[in-house]
Amino acid sequence: MTRTDAPTKERSAVRSLLRLWPYVRPVRTRLLCAAFVAVLASCLGLVIPLVLKWIVDGPVADRDPGGVWLGALYLLLLGLTEAALFGLRRWLVARPLAGVEAAMRGDLYRHLQRLPVAFHDRWPSGQLLSRGTTDLMLLRMFLAFPLTFLLVNGVTILVGFVILLQQQWSLGLVLLAPVIPLVMLCHVFESKYSLVARRSQDQVGDLTTVVEESVLGIRVIKGFGRHRSQAHAFRELSLTLRGTELTKARLLAWIWAVITALPELAVGAALVLGTVQVADGDLSAGTLVAFLSTALALRWPVESIGFLLAVSQDAATATERYFEVMDAREEAQGDTPQPKSPPPTPAPSPSTPSPSAPPRDGIVFDGVEFRYPDAHDDAPPVLAHIDLHVRPGETMALVGATGSGKTTLTTLVPRLHEVTGGRITLDGQDITAIPRERLRELVSVAFEEPTLFSASVGENVLMGAGDGDGEAALGRALDTAQAGFVHRLPQGTATQVGEQGLSLSGGQRQRLALARAVVGRPRFLVLDDPLSALDVHTEALVEAALRRVLADTTALVVAHRPSTVLLADRVALLSGGRIAAVGTHQELLHSSDEYAWLMSGTRASGAVSEKGDTA
Amino acid sequence: MTTTADGRADGREDGQAGADSGPAPKPQAHAQAQREPAAGSADVAGAGNAAAPKTATQTTAGTAAAAGARNAGDTRGAGAGTDGGGRGGDPFDRDALPAARGATGALLRSLLRPRRGRVVVATLILLLQQAAVQAGPLLVAYAIDRGVPALRRGDFGPLIIVAAGYLLCSVGAGLLQYAFIRLAARVNQDVLLDLRGRIFRHAQALSVDFHERYTSGRLISRSTTDVESLRQLLSEGLQELIGVILSSVYICALLLYLDVGIGGLAVLSFVPLYLLIRRYRRRVSVIFGKRSTAIAAVIVKFAETMNGIRPVRAFRRERANDAQFHALNHRHERTNGDGLLEMAQYVVGSRLVANTAVAGMVLWGAYQVADGSLELGVLAASVLYLRRLYDPIDRLGMFLNSYQSAAASLEKIAGLLAQVPSVREPAEPRELPPLDGGGPGREVVFDGVSFSYRTGGEVLPRFSLTLPAGQTVAVVGSTGAGKSTLAKLLARFYDPTEGRVLLDGTDLRDLAVPELRRGVVMVTQEAFLFSGTVAENIAIGRPDATREDIEQAAKAIGAHDFISGLPEGYDTDVRKRGGRISAGQRQLVAFARALLADPAVLILDEATSSLDVPGERAVQRAMDTVLRGRTAVVIAHRLSTVEIADRVLVMEHGRIVEDGSPADLIRGTGHFADLHRAWRDSLA
Repeated sequence: MTRTDAPTKERSAVRSLLRLWPYVRPVRTRLLCAAFVAVLASCLGLVIPLVLKWIVDGPVADRDPGGVWLGALYLLLLGLTEAALFGLRRWLVARPLAGVEAAMRGDLYRHLQRLPVAFHDRWPSGQLLSRGTTDLMLLRMFLAFPLTFLLVNGVTILVGFVILLQQQWSLGLVLLAPVIPLVMLCHVFESKYSLVARRSQDQVGDLTTVVEESVLGIRVIKGFGRHRSQAHAFRELSLTLRGTELTKARLLAWIWAVITALPELAVGAALVLGTVQVADGDLSAGTLVAFLSTALALRWPVESIGFLLAVSQDAATATERYFEVMDAREEAQGDTPQPKSPPPTPAPSPSTPSPSAPPRDGIVFDGVEFRYPDAHDDAPPVLAHIDLHVRPGETMALVGATGSGKTTLTTLVPRLHEVTGGRITLDGQDITAIPRERLRELVSVAFEEPTLFSASVGENVLMGAGDGDGEAALGRALDTAQAGFVHRLPQGTATQVGEQGLSLSGGQRQRLALARAVVGRPRFLVLDDPLSALDVHTEALVEAALRRVLADTTALVVAHRPSTVLLADRVALLSGGRIAAVGTHQELLHSSDEYAWLMSGTRASGAVSEKGDTA
Repeated sequence: MTTTADGRADGREDGQAGADSGPAPKPQAHAQAQREPAAGSADVAGAGNAAAPKTATQTTAGTAAAAGARNAGDTRGAGAGTDGGGRGGDPFDRDALPAARGATGALLRSLLRPRRGRVVVATLILLLQQAAVQAGPLLVAYAIDRGVPALRRGDFGPLIIVAAGYLLCSVGAGLLQYAFIRLAARVNQDVLLDLRGRIFRHAQALSVDFHERYTSGRLISRSTTDVESLRQLLSEGLQELIGVILSSVYICALLLYLDVGIGGLAVLSFVPLYLLIRRYRRRVSVIFGKRSTAIAAVIVKFAETMNGIRPVRAFRRERANDAQFHALNHRHERTNGDGLLEMAQYVVGSRLVANTAVAGMVLWGAYQVADGSLELGVLAASVLYLRRLYDPIDRLGMFLNSYQSAAASLEKIAGLLAQVPSVREPAEPRELPPLDGGGPGREVVFDGVSFSYRTGGEVLPRFSLTLPAGQTVAVVGSTGAGKSTLAKLLARFYDPTEGRVLLDGTDLRDLAVPELRRGVVMVTQEAFLFSGTVAENIAIGRPDATREDIEQAAKAIGAHDFISGLPEGYDTDVRKRGGRISAGQRQLVAFARALLADPAVLILDEATSSLDVPGERAVQRAMDTVLRGRTAVVIAHRLSTVEIADRVLVMEHGRIVEDGSPADLIRGTGHFADLHRAWRDSLA
């Protein structure tokens, strides 16, 4: 059955599915056994009608009640064996397949954690999640059922028809007749249906987007009173979806009609013919009964082929989706440091540079260029040519207009993004030569968006610490970040926060993120606008404490405001993808118009038009 | 909202100083977090009969989603337990909101009632269809017992009847099947359309305080996965169940008609089958509960890691995460396997019963035929029926799974729909009085207003306040002082517990939404961008605005330059390639919206936090020019904003402790003078 129906896309589906082999390999014995058991059970099912025939033509025809007992006993034994085999098959595959699913999910998670941040920028986490859940469950089900049953049903159909033809070839041919058109129709249906199904999935996606946005943007919608237009958009989309679903139903309706009617017609024809033959004495009544019973037993295997192929197709798609992500290249030196093409200099230990290492030299940006991998080719790079030297122990503020690339620049130091040109060195060592683990140990970061994980406050902060650091370090870090509020939380530092815990305000989260950045007393510190969500009082307190931390740390601090700039020894002005000026706050205020404008906002350089009465 | 205990509010009191600035925007992917895509609920075996290639994604997605989501709720509950019970009593920490008993059934009935006619017709069609399908073996019996002897006599009559009957039945069954599927699909889709619309409209109507407590992820999963699991039940499960029940009843009746003994045995066999099903349901629901808790934990961990990938990387969490994830994943693997094994048990049990019954009936029948008290054709027909009778028992297990998850989903949806918006649309809306020519601003009066959470946590004690038309008022104070609550009362995100808020003498509660938003617009800290172009995002302020208006607004706020610099300028899709927009730029877009909306009263709630100084200046300039004469309420950490204010309110613990012109307050000795000095120092 499968072979006659194998179209070209089936071949590529097979190729996709073959990629599952490494995961299936460990459980191949069980899987094969299960398939064998299933074939056995299926064939047993085909023997049952033969026993019936034997009963009808033997003891029944001979009016031998004793023989009937024997027949019934055979039936019972067959039935019990069948049930046992059914169970055995499921038992054989249950644990291993759950294991395959889990192994694939574990690998996916492991892999995703080590893919470049640029990858995550491109892929919405929902897409990744659906691969880790729906797609993998689909694959497990495929392995559990369609894979086995394509084989099993193929064999069953073959054996069944051999039995049928051998019993009475003319009747067998009559029954066989609808199989070919049925399979062809199923195929036509499948190609049509998969198009509509795909369309419907996309529309569900669009609908979901509207739902998500109207929930996430509820304040905007309410603030501007736009429920009606949202509701309208939603209604349009859900009406479209309903239309598609009805189209789907129409397709389903006709294929089901055909599937119901065609085999039934064949059985009817076989019955009429068979009756004539029984009347003519060419056929025993028992054979006719067995025959019809066998035909009935074969209905589901035949009907199922189309369905099984469709599931296989979906499984192939799921496999493709899974490997789409798995094929993405991990960051080199992610987990186990592996030699890169430029021979790496041995990494110095973080706290005490080995004597052979170059002297402490701070952070040096040397002709650094960066463009996002998904940027248009003709778009100018975000960072064109950055030359900047942050001296050891120095705190450098990074100032630039909105959207000038400050945040982007900060992600380059811990290699969250890779420079596309030039190089960055830490104490003279090219960051690409330092294993990532070590690099990120050396460089601590506080991001603009302070993310907390579902863990206790203490755990969240201590993520930034070395192995030896405990309560003392935690307390110190919390003090620095003025995060004393944690002691008033229900469980103090043991309070659960994050997605599954207490939700904290932006300012509170920002302070914890800051504490996390400083807790390990890193040699290099990168802070992205670390005080934006704090009120004036807290800001002043944090600043005072931070100054102490920053005294012996080499730091790069993105600043929007004079108050943050004051943390720094010097300031670098980022403009047009370059460092336009470096100097102290006062120097730059005098020497750079742009800087003065950014800091005071008073010397508008004509870029902002002020007219425009929109009313 | 309901009278639900508000542990969360207590949380705000002692832990959540930031209640004021609203909850942190939850990452979008949380939407998925509670999705439990049918972990093995259905070994597809169940879909057995389905020749029709139902796409497997459809078959799987969300079957057990509901159960999953519910247990995501349980996880939260457990979490609450460990963190000290402060949140334990809040129903909002669970997934299912309380609904009146029977609300689920009422919801289902209210969905089906308008389609009563179609439901009845569909049921009739299904009855007929099953009759046509089950007629086959009867014809077999007739053919063997009547047709054969008649043929031997040379009488073709019975044979022609059999042929015609079979033709009629098979074609009829096909056509009826067609009609039923289309009709049922129509009913299902209408129900789903109705339900989706209800959830959406209701969620939109619910007030901001609801949204602040019921996380976006849960709301999204209500309208996606929960609806999906109902869809599943309606489109596949229900039809199948009715089919299974109908055919069982038919077949039992026919068997009884053919032979009382055989029929009786068939009916009897349903007793152990029923017990088996009950046992399976009971056991599997426990396992499913554990399993969906397990998968929910996996999903939460997964989503959290991917959303926070930068800190994960920067703080080298990969290996620790691997270990944690492995543990969670393994727990899911175990329960998943348990579920599959349970299914295996059920299948073995039901098969045993079925096959034993078949053997018994064949024995009985054959014995009688041998005796001569039963005709051979009857035995044949009975045997054929028996095969059909027990065919669907495997499927029943599958159906039970999807039924359980759909029931759980419906319950949660019913709970959501039972929430009453605390901010209601007026029954008889009034219009604002025409502007009196003095300027575009309107007067705002807080008249004896106080605000408390439902459980009594008082945020704003009773106060009165008048903001004259055209005045720019800055509100300052530490986090938690009640600034945002004041703003939200004015924007009618909340209604005051007592007293009223008046706009040019009209109670806000009497204004219809469009009228209200011509009067008051609020720009918040989270500048959310909807998918679509930049221009469309600005046009949210005024949907009928021309491109020129939009550009004017952008220019006025200093956003024109960066927008022009985007790959496709104003037509750049903010979610597509190259549409990378920084936090500060988003806030500028949000401002452009507000300019375009051109309200009489503008509220800025921390709306400049991510702007740099020039951005902030541009906003101030715009307020001084484009928005001149509007009444404005500005909440800001930065005191620079205060410079443009005519008046400053200093709030502390929900009270206005200082009120005056900036100059006066700076000269004074109060809080504001202190704050201002600190700020001045920071600029030095």
